Amino acid sequence: MLLDVSDLWKSYATPDGAQRVLEGVSFRLKAGQTLALTGESGSGKSTLLHLVAGLEAPDKGLVTLQGKQLSGRSDAIRAAMRRDRIGLVFQQFNLIPSLSVQGNLAFQARLAGRYDPGWISEMAARLGLSDLMNRYPEALSGGQQQRVAIGRALAARPDLILADEPTGNLDESSADAVIALMLDLVAESGAGLLMVTHSPRLAGFLGARLHLSKGRLR
Amino acid sequence: MNRVVLGALLSHWRRHPLQLLTLVLGLALATALWSGVQAINAEARASYARAAGALGQGDLAQITGPEALMTRETFVALRRAGWLVTPVLEGPMTLGRAHFTLRGVDAMTAPAPAQGAMVATGKGGQKAETQGAADIAVPEGGVIFGAPETLLRLGGQSGLPPLRPLAGLRQGLLLTDMATAERLLGMQGWVSRFLLLADQPMGRPPLSSIAAGLKVTQKPSGNDLARLTASFHLNLTAFGLLSFAVGLFIVHGAIGLAFEQRRAGLRSLRAIGVPLGRLILLSLGELLVIAAVAGLIGTLLGYLIAGLLLPDVAATLRGLYGADIAGTLKFRPGWVAAGLAMAIGGTLIAAAQALWRLARLPLLAGAHPRAWAQGGKRMLGVQAMAAAALVAGGGLFAALGGGLLAGFLSLGGILLGAALALPVILSLALGRAARGRSALAEWFWADTRQQLPGLSLALMALMLALSANVGVSTMVSSFRQTFTGYLDQRLASELYISARTPGESAALAAFVAPRVRAVLPIWSVPISIAGRQVQVYGLVDDPTYRDNWPVLRGAADGWDRLAAGRGVMINEQLGYRLGLAPGDMLRLAPDWSLPVVGIYSDYGNPEGQALVASPSLAARYPSAPRLRFGLRLARADIPALRRALTRDFGLPAENIIDQSALKASSLAVFERTFAVTGALNILTLAVAGFALMTSFLTLSDMRLPQLAPVWALGLTRRRLAWLELWRSLALAGFTMVLAVPVGLILAWVLLNVVNVMAFGWRLPMYLFPGEWLRLGGLAALAAALAGALPARRLARVAPARLLKVFADER
Ligand SMILES: Nc1ncnc2c1ncn2[C@@H]1O[C@H](COP(=O)(O)OP(=O)(O)OP(=O)(O)O)[C@@H](O)[C@H]1O
Ligand SMILES: [Mg+2]
Repeated sequence: MLLDVSDLWKSYATPDGAQRVLEGVSFRLKAGQTLALTGESGSGKSTLLHLVAGLEAPDKGLVTLQGKQLSGRSDAIRAAMRRDRIGLVFQQFNLIPSLSVQGNLAFQARLAGRYDPGWISEMAARLGLSDLMNRYPEALSGGQQQRVAIGRALAARPDLILADEPTGNLDESSADAVIALMLDLVAESGAGLLMVTHSPRLAGFLGARLHLSKGRLR
Repeated sequence: MNRVVLGALLSHWRRHPLQLLTLVLGLALATALWSGVQAINAEARASYARAAGALGQGDLAQITGPEALMTRETFVALRRAGWLVTPVLEGPMTLGRAHFTLRGVDAMTAPAPAQGAMVATGKGGQKAETQGAADIAVPEGGVIFGAPETLLRLGGQSGLPPLRPLAGLRQGLLLTDMATAERLLGMQGWVSRFLLLADQPMGRPPLSSIAAGLKVTQKPSGNDLARLTASFHLNLTAFGLLSFAVGLFIVHGAIGLAFEQRRAGLRSLRAIGVPLGRLILLSLGELLVIAAVAGLIGTLLGYLIAGLLLPDVAATLRGLYGADIAGTLKFRPGWVAAGLAMAIGGTLIAAAQALWRLARLPLLAGAHPRAWAQGGKRMLGVQAMAAAALVAGGGLFAALGGGLLAGFLSLGGILLGAALALPVILSLALGRAARGRSALAEWFWADTRQQLPGLSLALMALMLALSANVGVSTMVSSFRQTFTGYLDQRLASELYISARTPGESAALAAFVAPRVRAVLPIWSVPISIAGRQVQVYGLVDDPTYRDNWPVLRGAADGWDRLAAGRGVMINEQLGYRLGLAPGDMLRLAPDWSLPVVGIYSDYGNPEGQALVASPSLAARYPSAPRLRFGLRLARADIPALRRALTRDFGLPAENIIDQSALKASSLAVFERTFAVTGALNILTLAVAGFALMTSFLTLSDMRLPQLAPVWALGLTRRRLAWLELWRSLALAGFTMVLAVPVGLILAWVLLNVVNVMAFGWRLPMYLFPGEWLRLGGLAALAAALAGALPARRLARVAPARLLKVFADER
């Protein structure tokens, strides 16, 4: 099993008392499988993704990646697992502003010690980024930035890709193109994908679908 | 509407109190440094004005003789011939370890108004009404007057006549009647000079017909004192300006950042329809209020700094120039106003750019912190050219300029140019460092480079502080090193003794002669050369001089020719002043010219000095007293000789000075001499460090979007925080590396241009890498402290805040 999430709980402290966001969420994901996560705004999709990535710690529950427990571990271990096994795509501001496109694409792969220039340039070509390699993020359009982010997530050949509305800022047709590309690349790499999306249409492109509502999966 | 807008503007500070605090503190510290130095200056100047009144005997001209002392007979002769003069006897007096000047004046002939003042003082102890004349009149015999501070130093000295306080007297001056002075100084029948009273009768015979060599002079050393202390104040003022520059950089940075942080808010205000003009006016008003508050705090801080430093300043001036200033500080409204004006003016200058940006703030463009950095990038080229022009101008001033002003202009150009060049050089260096390293290092350097525009002002301030530190400490250490060597050479005799009266001196010389290897009389005659007084010493021929005297340039047979009465040696100061080189003729009197056979260094002495053979001087000034002698003998014999002198000859112990004690006290003066400069240096560095911290702190808020992706990709916050700390250290290190050569250039200009202008002698420059290491350590400490708080905050930032970066609509 690639990813095993069992009985995750998470609440946030707010001025009006604790707000429960997740109340016992469990699901599994096999290698090569793609899973869409939908739900209303504020239902906790991003929160769940962050817990899975180890970016935040759950109040209760377990996240196990390839048999190795992620939740409840130290900051350093979670960071290392993220670096070595997970590819992340956020809705925006994914890129490191002080590095060029080339630098951004290679960054995580180099950190993880799996830098493969051939693979990166091939992926850049397929994402249509070949001519942009020396540009800096501030000189890219939103769609271009998201393609760089997807390329970076895949560059280190991670086992699990987590994407939080990767095309939320894009118009429908560009969004479709970007998602299609990502699915192709994911399929080739054999990684698992968990993608948050608002759009039922995009969710339809993925293998399976989870719906989050009132803190639970339906 | 104004209230609403102002409320919106101010709400920013309510939500970010730390930012407000740093802005106010930065402004306050900048003002504090500047106004502190100004306060010291103002205080010292006021003290001089006071001292000059007492020291200058009002504006009375005086008659001096050809020798250091004249006799009472001359007084009688002058009076008989119709000259209205009053005699003054002056001599040094040492009580315990304190030194005083004892001045005796003649109660009968002293000017009338002063007598009235003195009588009043004598009875009631009030302040003298006419300060200028206060010190030349004495009401009753056997009383000693002194400024309250002086009397305090005197403590409960027994064996002295009764003491009375008299405000308005120069510090260190004790005033008494002629008879008491003669008795205490052991100089019965001698006169130092005569004061020429106002309203002299017509038809007096010329002075030359009364006694040879008498002449009328204005107050002799007042000019020199003024000149020298003025140069010291110039130094202090330059320091004040430097701290002002450091402060300006800080204020500029703080205000620029403050506007940057509020960019989004300002944009929203514009977007909802606040007119631009009003927004600018309100922002300006807000800034002025902040500046006024900060300026007030800063001025008070400056007052504190000045209060802490002033005893040292007094010590420095006393040591360097022999000027006495009171070691206390008075609150003067003048410099409070100046401090406030400085804070507000500085704020306005610093805010000009920010307001201009506000005026051009695009309504639509994304509020991206990068935009700010981009503007800075374009500036880099302009900055490089401005830096080059400034440095070139500074070099030109140093090479061509004459005068102190040129020296300081040169310093300013070089310093400012170097500061402006710093970001340019750093940017190039960081660009290079970013290439071909590990992914992390590459990101680290690239990210550092990207932060430069936001940090450059603080780094420039740090650079100014560091290079000033290197420069001044090099100067001071060179000074000390040279002076120590000089003392070793000049104080070659093992023991120095002085006779109490001219009559005693021959007996004293005869007494010690068989007991020591050599007796070297130390005696001199003040001679006026080219309008200024020069002390001419008579030297006996002795190997001591040949072996030890610090001759800079001269003929090989200089000492032979001097001993034979066919040459004169002069100190460097006199050489510079008269433009003399070895071989030139020096006219000592109308009928006495000698070739210059050597020029020697004479640090710390403002006056010109010359050496001639003792017999030639004695032939011309037979009655000049020779009170002091240097004695050469084995160190082991010193105690025995001491005993013989005090027991058998009856010489008081304070008339015998051991060379090592003299050396120690001379050095102690120099150790203290630059204490102020050192303290100011450290303060400037501290302020620059604070500016660095402010910048880091403000940037750290804006930097979350740059750090969040790196964190998400697998770097812990701890790791990032450590990197931030390293960044701070690395930047300080870079800055330090650049500051050292700049500081050395600064020192060179100080030693070879400014010092020659101010003091008349050139100092050899020594390098002290140890000092740089120490300073580097201090800079690292400052950088670590500056980086620590932002790093700590980063290490503890909630993941949610980092995650918000990816979700925020901004
Ligand atoms: N740091 C936080 N502090 C307090 N409450 C939070 C915090 N982060 C998220 N929440 C709350 O948790 C709930 C879930 O937020 P989350 O971002 O996971 O929703 P989401 O499903 O991703 O919504 P969207 O579709 O709008 O992105 C929301 O109600 C939000 O207000
Ligand atoms: Mg979300």
